Amino acid sequence: MQLGFIEEDGFQMEYVLTFGPSELACQLLVGLSRSMLLFIVTAGLSLVLGVLRVPNIAHGSLYMIGAFTAFTVSTVVGGAGGFWLSLIVAPLAVALVGLVAERILFCHLYEREHLMLLLFTFALMLILGDLVKIIWGAEYRSVTTASLLQGSFMIFGLPFPRYNLFLLIMGPLVAVALWLFVSKTKIGRISRAAAVDREMVGVLGINVSWVFATAFVIGCLLAGLGGALIAPTVSITLGMDHTIIIEAFLIVTIGGLGNMWGALIGSLIFGITHSFGVMFWPQFAIVFPYVAVVIVLLLRPRGMLKSVW
Amino acid sequence: MLEVEGIHTFYGLSHILFGVSLRVEQGEVVCLLGRNGAGKTTTMKSIMGLTPPKQGGIRFKGEGIVGKEPYLLARKGISYVPDDRRIFADLSVGENLEIAMRKARVGEGWNKEKVYEIFPALKDIESRRGGCLSGGEQKMLAIARALMGNPELLLLDEPTEGLAPVLVHALEDQIRRLREAGLTVLLAEQNVRSALRLSDRGYIIGNGQIRYQGSIEELKENEEVRKKYLLV
Ligand SMILES: Nc1ncnc2c1ncn2[C@@H]1O[C@H](COP(=O)(O)OP(=O)(O)OP(=O)(O)O)[C@@H](O)[C@H]1O
Ligand SMILES: [Mg+2]
Repeated sequence: MQLGFIEEDGFQMEYVLTFGPSELACQLLVGLSRSMLLFIVTAGLSLVLGVLRVPNIAHGSLYMIGAFTAFTVSTVVGGAGGFWLSLIVAPLAVALVGLVAERILFCHLYEREHLMLLLFTFALMLILGDLVKIIWGAEYRSVTTASLLQGSFMIFGLPFPRYNLFLLIMGPLVAVALWLFVSKTKIGRISRAAAVDREMVGVLGINVSWVFATAFVIGCLLAGLGGALIAPTVSITLGMDHTIIIEAFLIVTIGGLGNMWGALIGSLIFGITHSFGVMFWPQFAIVFPYVAVVIVLLLRPRGMLKSVW
Repeated sequence: MLEVEGIHTFYGLSHILFGVSLRVEQGEVVCLLGRNGAGKTTTMKSIMGLTPPKQGGIRFKGEGIVGKEPYLLARKGISYVPDDRRIFADLSVGENLEIAMRKARVGEGWNKEKVYEIFPALKDIESRRGGCLSGGEQKMLAIARALMGNPELLLLDEPTEGLAPVLVHALEDQIRRLREAGLTVLLAEQNVRSALRLSDRGYIIGNGQIRYQGSIEELKENEEVRKKYLLV
């Protein structure tokens, strides 16, 4: 067996030039862990798309702010504590930015057409990008994770990064938390209703404006968490907002716009095809998920699951 | 309880209501009759704040309510049951009721159990998705959902539309029970017979204007008006 090694998005991905079942299984796990990260980010985007009907291009910027905040927290505090704290502080900081943006800007715009919303959130992306540049500068930053999560362990006779295992645990935790929110809490149920018929929700005596604010803040929280989680695996830099937002929009599109479980399926498709791309044709690995997107859209133009749009 | 005074309502540029006035007293069931496109729904929506009138006044319990947001009007005690029901398809029957739950301003008020006493059929389908209900079930759920907000005034838009005769009678019984429970009802209907059985007084609307008003007896006797504006 020959082993190759590339660094893609900072994810350490080992690829093998001859494949056995254990290599395939291992690569599948790598793909799944990447999918979990994508899911955390796209679930937030999808929630905002579904409930508020806002295609929030600035979602990637919020993710980037999450990553930079995680950098600041983990360097200032330092050590394992710094890393764990960054996972809490970064999402909350981004949620706060989201709350301010929602109450000051977004809440006046819900009735506008989608094109206006696209332009507006695009502008917001540029503004937030500049803000990040002013605060953190243009240098590359990096975060060291807790030592518990560093290094690899052996699985199927191959080394597997501990951090990827951590992502494999975080993804389902977030999915379960979101499921509990949308199906078991009153505000979650109201958001599902508002996604379809906001006027009728108002007629029932519910102030839709606060429902939207809550959904938006949760969406931002997820963007921030995604940013904080990816921070130890990449060089944190300006421009990471652009990369993620394109992937994120493709994922929610193939999943079914505004459908959170669609975001999960889309993330799985994206993450797994990418990781097998790395395995079979590393130079063109990045093409694989896009080909998958095209195939899905040819077969199911409105996405895998029911779109609320 | 409700006073509508000379309201003019527009959809964009098209002028729909031309000075509609009506009153509903506490405890009454009042019907608003009219043909397709006469302006019944628009009147209801104007009261609920969904299409606020450009001119004229609406008072609820003595307070002017033109321009107030629908959710605030709902909190003041007005519930609107739209003619197209607008059940939340992705939510179960129980969830549709739960999200509409609002504490009563006085007394104990409605809750899921009490609503199920009036509409026992809903209890059996509690966990079914709103999108999988029959037309009759949706009608019942729409009314039940409105009750959960503990309204004092219920705006019922064509509750019997599209229902089989048996269901119409059942629904009438249920509306009578609501009235006995102290609810005030404004009922928009094309089904004149059903409306006349339920109401104390009635208005007839045609082309966005009130054409006639009177007691049920007067309405029943006045062939000419009924022929002219209701086609029966
Ligand atoms: N959204 C809208 N935009 C423009 N015109 C509308 C709109 N809704 C209704 N109208 C028009 O307003 C007029 C009154 O409609 P409305 O729905 O109030 O009638 P209605 O008495 O409720 O009729 P129906 O018995 O069919 O429900 C009709 O001429 C209709 O074409
Ligand atoms: Mg109507």
